[in-house]
Amino acid sequence: MSNLELVFPEIFLSLSIMFLLILGVFKKNSSKLIQNLSLIILLIIAVITFNETLGIEETLLFNGSIIIDYLSSFMKIVTLLAAFLVLIISSNYLRTFKIFKIEYQILILSSVLGMMIMISSNDLIVFYMGLELQSLALYVLATFNRDQLKSSEAGLKYFVLSALSSGLLLYGCSLIYGFTGSTNFNLIATQLNSNEYALTFGIVFILVGLAFKISAVPFHMWAPDVYEGSPTPVTLFFTMVPKVAALTVFIRFLYVPFLNLIDQWQMILVFLSIASMLFGAIAAIGQTNLKRLIAYSSISHIGYSLAGLATGSNEGIQSSIIYITIYILMNLGFFSCLLMMKRNNEYHENIEDLSGLSKNHPLLSLSLLVILFSLAGIPPLAGFFAKFYIFKSVIEQSMYFLAIVGLLSTVVAAFYYLRIIKIMYFDKEKEKYDTDHSLWLKFSLTASTLLILIYFVFPSQLIKVVSKINII
Amino acid sequence: MTDIGLGHYLTLGAVIFTIGVIGIFLNRKNIIVILMSIELILLAVNINLVSFSIYLNDLSGQIFTLFILTVAAAEAAIGLAIIVVYYRNSGTIRVEEIDKLKG
Repeated sequence: MSNLELVFPEIFLSLSIMFLLILGVFKKNSSKLIQNLSLIILLIIAVITFNETLGIEETLLFNGSIIIDYLSSFMKIVTLLAAFLVLIISSNYLRTFKIFKIEYQILILSSVLGMMIMISSNDLIVFYMGLELQSLALYVLATFNRDQLKSSEAGLKYFVLSALSSGLLLYGCSLIYGFTGSTNFNLIATQLNSNEYALTFGIVFILVGLAFKISAVPFHMWAPDVYEGSPTPVTLFFTMVPKVAALTVFIRFLYVPFLNLIDQWQMILVFLSIASMLFGAIAAIGQTNLKRLIAYSSISHIGYSLAGLATGSNEGIQSSIIYITIYILMNLGFFSCLLMMKRNNEYHENIEDLSGLSKNHPLLSLSLLVILFSLAGIPPLAGFFAKFYIFKSVIEQSMYFLAIVGLLSTVVAAFYYLRIIKIMYFDKEKEKYDTDHSLWLKFSLTASTLLILIYFVFPSQLIKVVSKINII
Repeated sequence: MTDIGLGHYLTLGAVIFTIGVIGIFLNRKNIIVILMSIELILLAVNINLVSFSIYLNDLSGQIFTLFILTVAAAEAAIGLAIIVVYYRNSGTIRVEEIDKLKG
């Protein structure tokens, strides 16, 4: 085991979780200390992972059950940075609701550990263990505001549907194991016999399970409820981080063992993608709650990144990785705005609370404007480029229908984004919101807005990084 | 007397799995029944994995089963805890009354 240092980030993270848990139990009122320590730990791990990426080849560890390559390192760094930002901007919200407890940070760290394991998994068992580690932590996070009926209902719904999806996924795993004789992705690829119907069933079951996790239509019904009920920082975490991990598993699972069966799963992915894009765009129109609206918008954004995966080409995979990265950036900005809408110790999350925001808070509404334009895909903002890469790779594979549906649903989706902007700029103004936000909240809003704004100046930087990911 | 082969075990697994899935969707009464259905689904998967493992003469299926059993226990514990929290807030665990969030 000469390459053990490659899993050092995971080992370090799991040891620190145990250490923080013990520290939190024995030291009274230590939530602030634990918050700072977990931020430092996330940064350290991101740096270690980044150092590893410089010049690693694809390496298999533990009898081929864990894979470390460029894709895994990139996705891990994205996960870690996103978790870092979620942690750092959530403290004020948690303090307002008096739920600033040590468990919050520790649960986020353990779900990040689960995601890192998922991202590196090259074996059905390892993949399942990572998935469960992240879901178990996420169930509790959704229920975190436990004295509130909404939050506990969100947790309950998430638990039931997510457990069901894990069950479906496991049934698929058992079929694949039975008909190929192995749980390792590479060995499955060599044992593949495309005439087995059971294998197709297995792939379908696993795809259904994964589609649940990333809330693709028709397995999206939990998302709006859970996003609305959970505490806002947890919703932010839900919309960003688990999707990165699940998307990586999608890529690995489809393109390593089952690349030869592309005819059988391509249609499923195309269907999932079209359904998510259209449904997400149409269902969001009638919403009044911003968190519910962003749930539908995230469903439609997931549809676009699945469209990239459905192409079956390296460019497609790269474009959907770029898409998810930019999507995370836009979501971060949007939720920073949402966390700033606070008045008299109360957070406001309905669309009408935004009315006339531009008169009292010109800067906040300007950045929200930029973020919403970018979510709608209007050039020259980052969201436009994300969609552009997806459409380019889809059209290169001559899947015109997918591209046309995608374009049409962009137009539909633009309606509700523009409606928010109209309410913000042209409706009657309301009371002022508090302006004493934490420095980090301001930082994350400014940083994400600026990055979205100036992405078009150097679009090649992100492409250069992502283009090193070659799966096929 | 017919010999009991792999097919019989797989059928048993499939039947239990279907009962579990149907139990989740048709159940209108009680959340605890949903927990039991989830447990049924996981047990069906375990039956599948163990019988495949014997059939293939390969141990990793049984190891997978042990992992699933452990995770199922953790999942049941967290699920019950969430149900308790929910009951404290709403005073009911009837499925049709869990409808505060919709839009």
